[in-house]
Amino acid sequence: MAIDSGDTAWILASTALVMLMTPGVGLFYGGMVRGKNVVSMIALSFVAFSLVSIQWVLFGYSLAFGNDISGFIGGLDYIGMEGVGMDGSGIPNLLFMVFQLVFAAVTLAILTSCMAERVKLSSFIVLGLLWTTFVYDPLAHWAWGGGWAAELGALDFAGGTVVHISSGFAALAVALVIGRRVGFKEHSMEAHNVPMTLMGASLLWFGWFGFNAGSALAADGLAAHAFVVTNTAAAAGALAWLFASWESGKPSSLGMVSGAIAGLVAITPAAGFVDIKSSIVIGAVAGIICYRALLFRISIGLDESLDAWAIHGVGGLWGAIATGIFAVESVGGVSGLIYGNVDQFIAQLIGAFGALGYALVVTFVIAKIVDATMGLRVSEEEEYVGLDISQHGETAYA
Amino acid sequence: MRKIEAIFRPERLERVMTELESAGFVAMTVSEVRGRGEQKGIKLQFRGREMDIDLLPKIKIEVVVDDGREEQVVNLIMNSAKTGKYGDGKIFVIPVEKVLRVRTGEMVV
Repeated sequence: MAIDSGDTAWILASTALVMLMTPGVGLFYGGMVRGKNVVSMIALSFVAFSLVSIQWVLFGYSLAFGNDISGFIGGLDYIGMEGVGMDGSGIPNLLFMVFQLVFAAVTLAILTSCMAERVKLSSFIVLGLLWTTFVYDPLAHWAWGGGWAAELGALDFAGGTVVHISSGFAALAVALVIGRRVGFKEHSMEAHNVPMTLMGASLLWFGWFGFNAGSALAADGLAAHAFVVTNTAAAAGALAWLFASWESGKPSSLGMVSGAIAGLVAITPAAGFVDIKSSIVIGAVAGIICYRALLFRISIGLDESLDAWAIHGVGGLWGAIATGIFAVESVGGVSGLIYGNVDQFIAQLIGAFGALGYALVVTFVIAKIVDATMGLRVSEEEEYVGLDISQHGETAYA
Repeated sequence: MRKIEAIFRPERLERVMTELESAGFVAMTVSEVRGRGEQKGIKLQFRGREMDIDLLPKIKIEVVVDDGREEQVVNLIMNSAKTGKYGDGKIFVIPVEKVLRVRTGEMVV
């Protein structure tokens, strides 16, 4: 198949849209930390993006999309972009590669939630490199590179498992290793700049159209379908969280946009498989369960600071399961549980929990190693004055 | 009357306010300030070099109370703001000459 100019144009645009999600995560998180750590929080997303950009072209892409080795990892066929060029079927191979790159980058940025306001910059660079290589790359291979999950038939349209379950549950593992921020639960650590978080959420919502509709890998009807269910689920998630939090006080804008992100996360694996009515249910349920997960996380005193686990982890898990429930043949050619296909439902469970377990265990080990060798945290004094000054020598506000 | 001016760690504001309020001292003025004490801020080690963080963020609260009650307020603030480390802050007690209410123009004291 030759290069299709329409498809190529759309995936080029989608790639740029998804790129914007990484600084979007930075702003989303940056508004939620205290003013002394906002530069650090946004910078971590840029560090994540830059790190993965280099790792991916050197060997990350090859590990994820090289020829399959026993269903677990890709071979070194494409190392250093060997054999990845301007030709391809539908879209250039280089374009497919860079479209996948921006996904890998935003995934590492999501993970920074659990290290907020206390991570040592140098340790994050090492942890990030190890994590994207040993956790993200295998998981991307399992689902999209011809690994065992793809073989099993577990569906993941745009990365509910690869991006969201992996980063969400990895965040849980790192949070357990790095420990709570000094003063967590003793005094308030409220969001210092809500408009900044709302701006970040806008960029995420906007970029997500490239994330999901771009994952059709063509400028076609399926891309339009994914675009619409993505928007619908985000809206349903925002309203569901808004109403769920209303009964226990004033509904915060922060909660509302968290609900939108929860809806976006949950529709991600399902975007090319479910119909529009189901996307309302998927988004709304995501808003409610992610809100509950956040309350649970706080109640057990776990400082997974900016809720990558509650929103991306739990939302991603729900999305993977929901894909197995609501998939309909007329959209993506596969039926789910409500149309009597139990096998698909089971395949979704195996795919999701396999990735969850792997991400949790391997991340925990990597975090332990980095913590033991170079220390994940800054000193208590550096934490007290804030990471902006102690890690970057800068301040956001005079 | 006495004015109590207390400068302490920002993260202790909530606790100080709750303590004062439950003892009946509701009226207060709070400002975000930056300052340093005898230690001249905090020194951080960076690659063997020292880096001075000179002015650190603090909270200043001002409470005006009747004569004889200042000790109670000072103790309340002291106990809820104290961590025992450098940088806990200072409390000043200042005599107040006159107090006027802006709304009515009346002399309160």
